[in-house]
Amino acid sequence: MARFLVRRILAMIGVLFAISVLTFLIFQAIPNGDPAVRLGGRTSTPETRAAIRKDWGFDKPIYEQYAITMKKIFTGTVVSYSQQVNVVDEIRRDLPATLSLAIGSAVIWLGFGILFGVISAVKAGKLTDRSLTVLSLIGVSTPVFLLGALVLYLFAYKIQIFPAGGYVPLTQDPSGWLTHLILPWFVLSVLFIGFYSRVLRSNILDTINEDYVRTARAKGLSERRVLIHHVLRNSLIPIVSLFGLDFAAVIGGGAILTESVFNLQGVGQYAANSIQQLDVPPVLVITMFGAFFVVVLSAVVDIIYAILDPRIRLSG
Amino acid sequence: MAQPLLEVEDLRVSFATDQGTVQAVDGVSFHLNPGEVLSIVGESGSGKSVTAMSIVGLTRGPNARISGSVRYQGKELTTASNEELQAIRGDQIAMVFQDPMSSFNPVQKIGDQIIEAILAHRDMPKDEARARAVDSLGSVGIPDPSTRAQHYPFEYSGGMRQRAMIAMALALEPAILIADEPTTALDVTIQAQILELLKELNAERDLSVILITHDLGVVAEIADRVHVMYAGQIVEGGTLDEIFYDPQQPVHVGADGLIDAARSAAARSPAADRGAAALADLAARRLPLPASLPARVRQVRRAAGA
Repeated sequence: MARFLVRRILAMIGVLFAISVLTFLIFQAIPNGDPAVRLGGRTSTPETRAAIRKDWGFDKPIYEQYAITMKKIFTGTVVSYSQQVNVVDEIRRDLPATLSLAIGSAVIWLGFGILFGVISAVKAGKLTDRSLTVLSLIGVSTPVFLLGALVLYLFAYKIQIFPAGGYVPLTQDPSGWLTHLILPWFVLSVLFIGFYSRVLRSNILDTINEDYVRTARAKGLSERRVLIHHVLRNSLIPIVSLFGLDFAAVIGGGAILTESVFNLQGVGQYAANSIQQLDVPPVLVITMFGAFFVVVLSAVVDIIYAILDPRIRLSG
Repeated sequence: MAQPLLEVEDLRVSFATDQGTVQAVDGVSFHLNPGEVLSIVGESGSGKSVTAMSIVGLTRGPNARISGSVRYQGKELTTASNEELQAIRGDQIAMVFQDPMSSFNPVQKIGDQIIEAILAHRDMPKDEARARAVDSLGSVGIPDPSTRAQHYPFEYSGGMRQRAMIAMALALEPAILIADEPTTALDVTIQAQILELLKELNAERDLSVILITHDLGVVAEIADRVHVMYAGQIVEGGTLDEIFYDPQQPVHVGADGLIDAARSAAARSPAADRGAAALADLAARRLPLPASLPARVRQVRRAAGA
């Protein structure tokens, strides 16, 4: 276990380093990405820009600039170029919205994904299965901005039962928090529900023909118990790894579209705005933040995996 | 003579597949007396496993058609409800399967899987079920059973796993044990141990056993009576001595013997010549064409005068 953790921490450092260097370099290469322009404004004189370059160290070699930025990030003093506010504070402010979105929709997509997957597998080949297949294909292939706009039109404009976007903190107004989040939760979940139910369906259909399922039936267990304890339990193991990575991606700002469509002011929307303004520090920090979550959650997934399937040993 | 424990009469099982209907079992009848070891032998695909599984309804499904009669202690099982069958499976009639490697759920402890079987049929505290599972593991010769019960299947060797399988089947002291190729996946020394164990259990507990195998060596070890299956039918039946010393069918001499028999008959009739060719063709493929097999083989056998 200790060995596993050490390896994972080393891997995390490697991933964060690689991804930060890449992101940093990409923004150096983008035309029109001159940070002095962001800081000085479009109308600034060449003299001001030169002064800014000198002040902020943009005239230094690229590896030194990288080092300076990393130092600022890890001391929490990094500021954005466009508004010159502390990036870490911004993310901290946006995180509750993103976490609310991620956790809520994760519950929904897991619940419905498993439910539809099981129904589909049990009714394999029948009309129910076929309808669910079509539904999940629609779910997977409908873009979030279309679906989001559609539900906003239907449930916030035509029938005004939900607010048209925005975020209310849970601590201030629990019921407002809920009504603001229900639409984004479902919109974000649809893709995952479609995807998870398809994967689970095929896992179940593979598992159901295993010898140990026949053994379970031969023991005289009820169909329900065979299905839940032997078929479903074993079929869910691969779902765990999918879920860990998807969940990490959503927390790390991956739900950019959903957050933007519903104006949730979360980490993803912050990333989207920063990219538009070619504002390197927030993009860099959010990218690293997302990568951090992916690495941490994949380690958690591996630990859960080893618990669920004792044949697997943690080796890093 | 006492009433048979199990009577199978004109059992027919067919499956609808993409390649047409497969008549896996075609009018099989036999009975099992209390305390007896009945062996059903036959080649791969002869329908012996399907026969075994159909006894407790494990072949039921949307694509299966089952007819005929299976009576356990006078109770008809082919028309019994799924719940009635569940009550009998594992408790009255237990099964052991061919591959002990894949027959346990790989992610659950052996002990827990046995406890699950016990609790499916008996209303008792879990501790009591655990004690019973451990006893059962011990009784089939697993050393240190209380520790081994905590282990996962992958921590068992193949022979130990088959013992554990038998322990699970016997935990509820069933009247009948159906062992479907219990030794096929094991190496020879382990095979002998498992057969010895079955023999002991048969003698000590008066356990009736249906032993399904393609291995006549296994049959010779422990069977009281033998039925030979071919192409979904029982083609010969009798005591061990009758089958071994006075065979009436060329089937159990193996596919080569059957072809020889057909060839020698070919000298007598031209139809048999065609039959022999068809049979050699089948034998060359090893696993015969499922949908067309029974009719063809029967035709060949008739032609061969066998």
